[in-house]
Amino acid sequence: MSLNDYLLVSGLLFAIGFTGVLVRRNLIVIYMCLELMLNAANLALVSFSRFRVAPDGMPDYHGQILVFFIITVAAAEVAVGLAIIVALYRARQTTQVTEINRMQY
Amino acid sequence: MGSLLFNVFALFTLIAAVGVVVNKNAVNAAMFLLLSLVGMAGLFVLLDAPLLAFVLLLVYAGAVVALFLFIIMLLDLKAENRRVVAPTALAGGVLVIFGFSGSLFKILQGFAPGKSLFPPLPTTVEDVKRVGMLLFQEYNLPLQIMATLLLVATVGVIVLSKRELR
Repeated sequence: MSLNDYLLVSGLLFAIGFTGVLVRRNLIVIYMCLELMLNAANLALVSFSRFRVAPDGMPDYHGQILVFFIITVAAAEVAVGLAIIVALYRARQTTQVTEINRMQY
Repeated sequence: MGSLLFNVFALFTLIAAVGVVVNKNAVNAAMFLLLSLVGMAGLFVLLDAPLLAFVLLLVYAGAVVALFLFIIMLLDLKAENRRVVAPTALAGGVLVIFGFSGSLFKILQGFAPGKSLFPPLPTTVEDVKRVGMLLFQEYNLPLQIMATLLLVATVGVIVLSKRELR
């Protein structure tokens, strides 16, 4: 397979995730769509890492290190974000973004 | 063989991702997210990155999706299933997915280097060793910053989860 095939899958995945962020109203599902977008970026990074071969014939592992860091940050982000959602639910009893329209409680 | 596997995993990933977006029930959406991540791990294996595939499965499928399911069941969102999508949001979403895919096709058509095949690897990949060496030598400072970030996130989650916020 060529690099473009993987980049196409990555871009389509990003578009699907972005559409989900725009269309869905449930805060938790919006978070899942954000995870999809992050993973699309990961796929592009890994395919570029495989495509760019170092002089010793191995893939360029710097891209994979970046993916490693992205996965770590995404895990921390999900933990903090879901804690915020739970705190918001305690205050408002809803996770619909249409009903959360005031900054001050 | 590789082409068939690529097609299977890519279709699997994309269809499961669509399932995340269109599913009304948040629990089903989380399950589709899990399927999408499994397909993504398969793509990583096809790209000769088995370590990252394994890390993806452990961290995302093991921890993140479980956390999502835990929060969904904690909040008990069953009552909010029957919401209709606003027409403006739907129009925006369709516009984004078609506009984005169209421009993506156009860019990839003109991206000549990407049309060549992946260069073959001489020997078996020893990516655990390579990634480990890079991580602890060249990327030592970012690794420690990442460790601090995880600590801060842990403390932050505990503070956020306390009953009353001051």
